[in-house]
Amino acid sequence: MTFWNDPLKVAADWLTGIFTGWGMPSVGANVLVAFLGVLMLITILMVIDIFLVWIERKVVARFQDRIGPNRVGPFGLIQPFADIIKLMIKEDTTPDGADKVVYNLAPILSMMSVLILWAVVPLAPVMLGVDLNAGALFIIAAGSIGTLSIIMAGWSSNNKFSVIGAFRQVAVMISFEVPMLAVLLIPTIFSGSMGMNAIIQSQSIWFVFLSPLAALIFLIAAIAELGRAPFDLAEGESELVSGYNIEYSGMKFGMFYAGELLHAFTFGGFWSIFFFGGYRFFGLELVSPFLAIAIILFKALVGYWVIMWVKYTVMRIRIDQMLAFNWKFLTPVAFVLVMVTALMNTLLRGADSWLFITGMILSNIIVAWVSMEIVRSVSKQERERVEGVQQVAEAHH
Amino acid sequence: MTGEQVIFLIVGAVTLIAALMVVTVRDLVHAALWLVATLFGVAIIYTLLNAGFLAVVQVVVYIGAIAILFIFAVMLTRRQAADTGAALNKNWWAGALLAVLTFTGLFFMLQSWSGFQKQAAAIPSGFDAINQLGDALTSPAGFVLPFEVASVLLLAALVGAVYLAFNKK
Repeated sequence: MTFWNDPLKVAADWLTGIFTGWGMPSVGANVLVAFLGVLMLITILMVIDIFLVWIERKVVARFQDRIGPNRVGPFGLIQPFADIIKLMIKEDTTPDGADKVVYNLAPILSMMSVLILWAVVPLAPVMLGVDLNAGALFIIAAGSIGTLSIIMAGWSSNNKFSVIGAFRQVAVMISFEVPMLAVLLIPTIFSGSMGMNAIIQSQSIWFVFLSPLAALIFLIAAIAELGRAPFDLAEGESELVSGYNIEYSGMKFGMFYAGELLHAFTFGGFWSIFFFGGYRFFGLELVSPFLAIAIILFKALVGYWVIMWVKYTVMRIRIDQMLAFNWKFLTPVAFVLVMVTALMNTLLRGADSWLFITGMILSNIIVAWVSMEIVRSVSKQERERVEGVQQVAEAHH
Repeated sequence: MTGEQVIFLIVGAVTLIAALMVVTVRDLVHAALWLVATLFGVAIIYTLLNAGFLAVVQVVVYIGAIAILFIFAVMLTRRQAADTGAALNKNWWAGALLAVLTFTGLFFMLQSWSGFQKQAAAIPSGFDAINQLGDALTSPAGFVLPFEVASVLLLAALVGAVYLAFNKK
């Protein structure tokens, strides 16, 4: 076993050797090495996060036909550092009547709920924090901590706008957790496990080819979970100023902002893990774990780019439209899709892979088509009803 | 004392203190947040018992749904979330006595159990707790009947809630 095949284990063994050589008990050395590993992962993530600010600003500039940051350093690469310095030296304000402890705890919990997700992300076949056998469910659990942080921030700021923003955001997150959880059962059905590594290992055919509809629903639910456009009505600049984080200044606001960017990047990663093979790419991941990390980071960036693409192209929708869309359309479709997929998976278990793929794609297309037809007929009835009301109103005038 | 026991004692103490705070703090939102801390402590204890799936479910259901709904309800119904008046009524000694008696009863009952002093057997490799749980919940020899009855009960509660909230035109 060399460094290039299993770098984490080699490094951990080496460090444990050093620590025990200093006379440390082996249990203590193991705990210390694990702690250092966590610290290293978080540090790398935070450094990536700094550059995500630059990526986000450059990409939004491209979508809006601008150049973006270009003054500080080559291609504006040093811009995020200037932003951070600005955030650091800003005055740290606490509003009157704020609940101080809860107010200060909220940004930390928000960042934590994102960082904790990386505990289950397999960066390479041999590099992952913990191979939890309930990995898919773990994402939802971490998301509920994020929900909690937002409601804490909104309530403790002693500001009506922030409370309304928090209510909206929490309504979005709670309702879109349902289709997300339902859709996460589909990779679970295909792979027979909820563990991330097992899901990736069983994707000799990417699950997006087996269930494109599930990939789409996961993306929509993820965007809602992130609170990004078109579901960013918690921010609603025109009506709520900035939403739940309105009172936060300096680095506390920075924590929410950085947390949001890293969250989007992380969900790009999860999208790739569940539907695009994670670190797998034509066997390249077996060459070296470092190549596998490069592959999964690249796929996560592509997912992040798609999320940004949606954010800067689609306009914001109203809260009632959003809740109706979730409860009357997305959730039923997700549940039907799970049932159909489970049934087809049982029927086609012994069939060869081409029949399996065709059957799965056909069932997806049929579910999508039927649900679109139902939506079309319902919206037609609704349009006729509204037009009828308008005609009656005009006749009365 | 092993490292696991140290962690258990710390987590247990934090959980108990948080649970005590739930019933003693004045502010209802703070009480709900302390409840979240308590439920989180219980989730960590599940993890220490190698029940990772239950720990995750505990966080999803109790923190993600129930505690958030508590906070919502408190924020939506009351303008002033802080309570006034005495925190304890004159029956507090009876409650304390009952709690102590229950604890002693459970303690002595557990002490007479043969497995009380034993180390837990190591979990065999390849043991999949989720598969076992799923089989137990869906096999006729297992707990399929109570599981389905509980589902029907929850469905009935859901239908009832929709009926109550439904606005008849």
